[in-house]
Amino acid sequence: MSNGSSNNNNTARFDAARRVAIFGGTHGNEMSGVTLVNLWMQNSAEIQRKGLEIKPFLTNPKAVEKCVRYVDTDLNRAFTQENLSATGGDELPYEVQRAQEINRMFGPKGSAEAYDVIFDLHNTTSNMGCTLILESSKDAFNLQMMNYIKKAFAPASCLVLLNEHPLLKYSTSRSVAKHPVGMEVGPQPQGVLRSNIFEAMRVILKHALDFISLFNEGMEFPPCTVEVFRVLERMDYPRDANGNIIAMVHPNLQDCDWEPLNPGDPMFQTFDGKSIHYQGSSTVYPTFINEAAYYEKQQAFVTTRRETLAASAIGKA
Amino acid sequence: MQVDEPVLLPRLSRVAVCGGTHGNELSGVYLVREMLKTEKRKEDGEPASVLMVLSNPRAMQQCSRYVDTDLNRCFTHATLNGPVSEGAPYEIFRARELNALLGPKGSRAAVDLICDLHNTTANMGLSFIAYSDCDWICLHIFRYLQMPDTPMRFIHFDVSTKESYSLDSIGKHGFAMEIGPQPHGCVKSNIYTAMKEGVQHMQDWVRCFNSGCVFDGGPVDVFTMVKNLDYPRDGETRSITAAIHPRLQDRDFCLLHPGEPLFQAFSGETIKYKGNEPLYAFFINECAYYEKGIALSLARKKRVTVPSIRVQTDEEERASEQSFASEEEE
Repeated sequence: MSNGSSNNNNTARFDAARRVAIFGGTHGNEMSGVTLVNLWMQNSAEIQRKGLEIKPFLTNPKAVEKCVRYVDTDLNRAFTQENLSATGGDELPYEVQRAQEINRMFGPKGSAEAYDVIFDLHNTTSNMGCTLILESSKDAFNLQMMNYIKKAFAPASCLVLLNEHPLLKYSTSRSVAKHPVGMEVGPQPQGVLRSNIFEAMRVILKHALDFISLFNEGMEFPPCTVEVFRVLERMDYPRDANGNIIAMVHPNLQDCDWEPLNPGDPMFQTFDGKSIHYQGSSTVYPTFINEAAYYEKQQAFVTTRRETLAASAIGKA
Repeated sequence: MQVDEPVLLPRLSRVAVCGGTHGNELSGVYLVREMLKTEKRKEDGEPASVLMVLSNPRAMQQCSRYVDTDLNRCFTHATLNGPVSEGAPYEIFRARELNALLGPKGSRAAVDLICDLHNTTANMGLSFIAYSDCDWICLHIFRYLQMPDTPMRFIHFDVSTKESYSLDSIGKHGFAMEIGPQPHGCVKSNIYTAMKEGVQHMQDWVRCFNSGCVFDGGPVDVFTMVKNLDYPRDGETRSITAAIHPRLQDRDFCLLHPGEPLFQAFSGETIKYKGNEPLYAFFINECAYYEKGIALSLARKKRVTVPSIRVQTDEEERASEQSFASEEEE
């Protein structure tokens, strides 16, 4: 297991990251990742780095073919221990079978044989810009990578979302790797390929691969701090007694991902024009505002709070 | 003294507003649901009977455009009246149900006006889409609707009555109200509000018209569809090899000149528009059109002069029928 192990200088040591995967099509209608992975499966010149095995991979080919998010169940929620050890073969939902296959190829999750890094490419209908998704505040390797990417991408913005919430955290396809990295770029409608979104994702990935390459060649990265947005809670749409949505994201909140939402600010607007206000006790930073795929997951947006995480220096073991 | 007399047109007794013709175009779905909840007859003037219809409930339930086939292509005379097997697509049966409810298409029993609500991922603002560039009812409603914050255009698909295929073609008059940009499966409050206002203004106009108001004529710019352009595709796999160029993305109704950027290949190369004449681009990067082989549509713009109009009174209708009858006798 390549946990960081400290030496006298408090530099966390990790083995070189030799095996890296790039996942696209985890949701079959999120087109940037689908397109990039298809491109690189045909011609991988752009993503090649010395001493590094980089595998582009379409995780949900049936969903990609039908241009839907999933066929039976959301693949990006399917990597639970229960699913990964389920028996039933062909009887299992398609995505559970896929999860088991992916776990065999790129895991097993939690073991020493698992891939070092997996980048999982996603799009969102929310106005999130370029967002990196972190699953652990203690992964110094990932924190240093995100610090590197943010600096390389500047002045363009690349923010970090941390989802370490014990209840809201979910079992992603990338979670089979030692260092899982989510990449979410929006806004882009499902099923649509926008050139600017596609190119932004491509550039961020390039920076990520550059980081790994530099790390493997022996570069040491000094301690750093990384600003993150930590997921707090999920906010659902107001619904009636039958569970039907009765209001939309308020025009003042629509497209305002990452901007402060203060107690009393408008949050939803009913279909007949009334405003519903945020009742929380302190300012939060909403994101995933009006993501189309989350209507069925009872989520209009998530609230976050800003935090600065410290990452120790890292270097190759 | 008036220089030209208004054109007299029959009253619009029955009007239908349809949402969810594509099950994932949510502004229309939520608006019609809301209108069904708060349905009330208007008191002033002669009440127009407004039918609210959710066109494709099964597609709405699964939040997809369609179940088996695009409902909004199922309304040709041939599809509505031809033979149909039991295994036929769901939408074919649904189209026939809608034709029985709102039509039959081409008959005297058909509703007077259909407004079919749609959303698009393209940055088209509020667009009327109609088969005719001289349906004065539709053009006057368009003129009346002009909303300060919402860009509006009138699009004309030059398709004969025989070939017309969409839901709005069932009514004696009809048009699609297409509003974007909105991702499918999502409702954006500004888009919903624009649609709600549009439908409200349309109902106000119909009430005014039926009660005898004269609507003054004037010019309307009409965009007539000329052709569609597909994405560049790989010869073998047919996958697309380029995206709409960033300089064209979101610039619906701009005038595209020969030589200007159209697509950006994944290799980075710019692919340019090679047509002979400058044309207006619209439906730029509509999600549902990838499978139809359409990256964008192109139109010519012209100015149509719409005459002033007024509803034909019962007396005038009787008088014109009598004079028609006596002409026949001669």
